[in-house]
Amino acid sequence: MTLDVQRIREDFPILERQVYGKPLVYLDNAATSQKPRQVIDALVDYYENYNANIHRAVHCLGEEATAAYEEARAKVAKFINAPSPESIIFTRNTTEAINLVAYTWGRANVREGDEILLTQMEHHSNLIPWQRLAAEKGASVRYIELTDSQTLALDGLENLFDARTRIAAMPHVSNSLGTINPVEKIAAEARRNGTLFLVDGAQGAPHLPVDVQAIGCDFYAFSAHKMLGPTGVGVLYGRPELLEEMEPFLGGGEMIRKVTYEGATWNDLPWKFEAGTPNIADVIAFGAAIDYLDHLGMENVREHEVEITDYALTRLSQLEGIVMYGPPDPRERGGVVSFNFGDLHPHDIGTVLDHHGVAIRAGHHCTQPLMRTLGVSGTARASFYVYNTPEEVDVLVEALEATRDFFKR
Amino acid sequence: MSLREEYARQEAELDELYKEIILDHYRNPRHRGSLASPSATHEGLNPLCGDEVTVELLVEANRVADVAYKGSGCSISQSSASMMTEAINGKPLDEVKHLSEAFTAMMRGEESIDPESLGDLEALSGVRKFPVRVKCATLAWHTVDEALEEAGL
Repeated sequence: MTLDVQRIREDFPILERQVYGKPLVYLDNAATSQKPRQVIDALVDYYENYNANIHRAVHCLGEEATAAYEEARAKVAKFINAPSPESIIFTRNTTEAINLVAYTWGRANVREGDEILLTQMEHHSNLIPWQRLAAEKGASVRYIELTDSQTLALDGLENLFDARTRIAAMPHVSNSLGTINPVEKIAAEARRNGTLFLVDGAQGAPHLPVDVQAIGCDFYAFSAHKMLGPTGVGVLYGRPELLEEMEPFLGGGEMIRKVTYEGATWNDLPWKFEAGTPNIADVIAFGAAIDYLDHLGMENVREHEVEITDYALTRLSQLEGIVMYGPPDPRERGGVVSFNFGDLHPHDIGTVLDHHGVAIRAGHHCTQPLMRTLGVSGTARASFYVYNTPEEVDVLVEALEATRDFFKR
Repeated sequence: MSLREEYARQEAELDELYKEIILDHYRNPRHRGSLASPSATHEGLNPLCGDEVTVELLVEANRVADVAYKGSGCSISQSSASMMTEAINGKPLDEVKHLSEAFTAMMRGEESIDPESLGDLEALSGVRKFPVRVKCATLAWHTVDEALEEAGL
């Protein structure tokens, strides 16, 4: 194995617990990851030693908290090779980051008759904001279709965009299928067409080395909690020139420069987009999560996931009656394996697996239109991260066999 | 309780959830299909799981003269729908509404309800131990309520 997984596991206190008398096998990482001791300690350290509001305090605690908060921003910028920390906006989650773009850039720039280009594999968070914008503006939404192995059908890449396509948005990695989309190629085509390009990186940044400048996207959104960080922190990377032009999203404290009874002017980037007291503690702890991933090396994280996904695909394919989704080559997919098993409903699979200590996801994964395209009501989904082992894949397979036998009785 | 006893109890919970009678209804659904000219119909959805249950009722003289359901979803949602059709077929509407209230109350764990009084439906009481699955069990009954209300019955 590329990573020293046994050593890594020691950093995650939760992995010691038992569920229904069985060791926890946590395979729901696409929903949220577990947190290492280093991240939990960062939270405690902040609250015990330098809890204060940031940016305006003239006291020592405030300065320490401000420095730690802005240091986390710089770490995030470096992590995705953003051109500057100012191009990193902290939000609550990926959903809020995408809504920020739809509400500010979208409302100002999308007009009647324009087109928004998405894919058939959107998570609702990268679908609903655009559908609402289109409805409000009289614009249309078009969806790139899928091939038989659930990759994007991109045969006529040069014809992908229409003169009226104002923005294209898609997942870096599909949360339901695992498919990795060729975002660099699509970004280049979008640029040629004068179309903005947003990447929903919720399943990208945690699992792949990401370089937003190499991708060439205009926006990249992701969440801390799926990459060892706490819940409640999302990131929007935006190309600085675009962010400068955009109107603020929320109004309030921190985002202003000068306020009179008649009006106000806006603060500089990135604070223009961070109204109100932000999630200071969790942003700082997110910085610790980035440190942890940097220490492992994202190339190694990726390699580990290819290894374990490869093993999972091989083992699962040996089960009679299993149907798996997404491209068969582990190099073309993230650490997500979505499947159906015989005539068992995913929720029934999920409940019985849980009694074997195995936590997976079951259902539509917030991709209802995609499930309809696949012709299923839902799937069972196992998703991996840095602490998962091949032995845990074996437990999953044994538990699936037990589930099949349970419903046969 | 020792750890061993605790685990045994948890094993038993799974058997309680998937009782034989529930699996029987799942494998051999009763009244599955549609009616020629229903007096009331409604499509119930459980957005959390994607369970779908459509219920059709033929009401004559304030009585359920016939009932059918179709849908897709987990074993709990579909077997609950099948059990529901058997429980309400031929019953006067006020009794159907009473039964629906009693069943939902049982699933909420209200102590005023004696599960034994609900006949076969009692089998679904094991679902209470699995809070996320309770909505699967109540979907068919909420769908009946909605169908009757929409038809003004």
